[in-house]
Amino acid sequence: MSKNWKSRLSIPLISILAGFVLGAIIMLCLGYDPIMTYEALFTGAWGDPNSIGETLRQATPLILTGLGFSVATSAGFFNIGGAGQYLVGWLSSIWFVLSFPSLPGVVLITGAIAAGAIAGGIWSGIAGVLRAYLKTNEVITTIMLNYIALYLSNWIVKSFLANGDADYSKSIPQSASLRSPFLMELTNNSTFHYGLFIAIVIAIIMAFVMKKTTVGYEIRSIGLNSDASKYAGMSTKKVIILAMTLSGLLAGIGGAVDGIGNYQNILVLASTPSVGFDGLAVALLAYGNPIGIVFASLLFASLKIGGLNIPVVSNTPSEIVDIVIALIIFFVGASYLFEYISKKMKTNKSKGGKA
Amino acid sequence: MNKLIKKISLAILALGIIIPLSACTNRSASNNSESQNKGNSLAVALLTDLNGVDDKSFNQSAWEGLTKWGKEHNLTKGLGGYDYVQSHQDSDYPVNINKLIKNNYNLIYAIGYKLDKAVTDGAKQNPNTKFAIIDTVVPDLDNVTSLTFKDNESAYLAGMSAALNSKTKKIGFIGGVKGEVINRFEAGYVAGAKAAVPDIQVDVKYVGAFDKADVAKSIATAMYNNGNDAIYQAAGSAGLGVFSSAKDARKSGKEVYVVGCDRDQTEEGQYDGGNLTLTSSIKALNTVVEEVSNETLAGNFPGKQHKVFGLKENGVDISKGQLSTDIWNKVEQTKQDIIDGKITVPEKP
Repeated sequence: MSKNWKSRLSIPLISILAGFVLGAIIMLCLGYDPIMTYEALFTGAWGDPNSIGETLRQATPLILTGLGFSVATSAGFFNIGGAGQYLVGWLSSIWFVLSFPSLPGVVLITGAIAAGAIAGGIWSGIAGVLRAYLKTNEVITTIMLNYIALYLSNWIVKSFLANGDADYSKSIPQSASLRSPFLMELTNNSTFHYGLFIAIVIAIIMAFVMKKTTVGYEIRSIGLNSDASKYAGMSTKKVIILAMTLSGLLAGIGGAVDGIGNYQNILVLASTPSVGFDGLAVALLAYGNPIGIVFASLLFASLKIGGLNIPVVSNTPSEIVDIVIALIIFFVGASYLFEYISKKMKTNKSKGGKA
Repeated sequence: MNKLIKKISLAILALGIIIPLSACTNRSASNNSESQNKGNSLAVALLTDLNGVDDKSFNQSAWEGLTKWGKEHNLTKGLGGYDYVQSHQDSDYPVNINKLIKNNYNLIYAIGYKLDKAVTDGAKQNPNTKFAIIDTVVPDLDNVTSLTFKDNESAYLAGMSAALNSKTKKIGFIGGVKGEVINRFEAGYVAGAKAAVPDIQVDVKYVGAFDKADVAKSIATAMYNNGNDAIYQAAGSAGLGVFSSAKDARKSGKEVYVVGCDRDQTEEGQYDGGNLTLTSSIKALNTVVEEVSNETLAGNFPGKQHKVFGLKENGVDISKGQLSTDIWNKVEQTKQDIIDGKITVPEKP
């Protein structure tokens, strides 16, 4: 068991390192200084209280969308709709707060998060129901639901929430915000907010739910073999819908927390938020392990926030930065390749031993 | 752990050690912008929204102005001199502002109304940093100056030119995102077209984003196929899709034009059969950026002020492009009428 754990940790670490190394080679070939770039990347993410605050803030929604993706994956589904579920969560939380601005803060915050969770859950629940009853491919439906979420949200913002011709909603009242003067002072005016703690608590709860409860067991067994699970007396339809709903619910909370913590309003967006897709990469990097997702989110957030620092302090153009970050993500995705090679070698060796 | 994995990781580790060593040698060479810019009291940064400074339009114009200003003052691009930063997502704005401030930039241009909130917060938290925001007004802060343009005036002339040049009596307008700023373009364009040719049809469509050239292209293709023979695009870098569509239409023998926006876009209209940029409405972000930078350097930062730049202030203009002398004369006359206040151009469609 511990050996398995070790190799599980080593593969993502190798992929990350490989991404950095290849990125460095590319920078050297193009005449930029990789050390300075990586130094800027690191100090940009962790160099001062403000950067740390921003990195932790960026990690917050990633943890939740990553958890959401991993739940669906455990049940054997590929929920690409994280971005859309995050967006409807964001929209609902802001809409809720703006509709009842005079309620007390605690009610507003819990209400907003609940609204986001419900909206996200319903959004992916649609794909779940279609999957369970009509065997519709959830990859297609969730992608399409992303577009519907994007344009629906833009339309709602423009028609109901925006002031006049603006393309963003009013800001939420201070009482509904997850930010606090204390955290702002601590992190030198960053946008860090209490959402991180909510995300970590949810990650711990999810680790418990997936490993120790009947629901988690059912979801995992459907993912391993849905026919066997059906034979064992589980209602596969119910579990499919449950897994997909739970998945969207988590992404929806991610949107709500980011909405009332980070943005404090909702904007007309040009494309679906990248947090949704990054959550997918985060979950893959962490093999769906909830605690691993927390760390993988921190890594991704460091790349995103630290990456912004590179064009500011060095001569490396931001395009190169994007290439390096994309490479790291690529190798993270390709960690399956490393794993595959390693497995192949193992089986070859055991065959050789027999002969 | 498996042997192959071990080998791969060893190789990667080895590379990880070799590369830093080889990189150290040229390190001093690339880190000299700061020393070159020593003694400069004003470091200026340009913060764009989701579009880069290579959008051939709005941001590029501002960046050209800043580059020119920096060179005139013997500054280099980088720390202590002048630089730009692009954002990848809307939540990056405050992060970028803080990173610029931390690296001692003391004048920050925020290019675009989308940066409104980030500038308001950033200016309140950092009273010693000066901000100049374009296209929107951030009031009542000593360290923020707001610079807006009467785009409707130049758009009026653009609409007039497109209408007078049109053979089909149908012209188009493609905007980025509907809102206060692009409304000015639409209103001016439509008013100018109708004033010049009363029975002209103006087809108005929006992309819904400033960075989606593919969407702009498909809208433009539909418009050209519908008989519109000129399209004015106020859509940031998405507008490049309109140029691409016009070039395709020219290949199939249609005589179509694009009206450029924010910058003289003659270069973008170049194709092997000539040039299809009919004219361009110009937003002189470059000269405004130079002007405000110079004022700030002289200690006269126009804080708390809202400056409006129209035809009269040379803040907006129109280029001759491919316009016939006949049309150009009419345009120049109208331009003078607007400056003299004989024509008032609407701001809202």
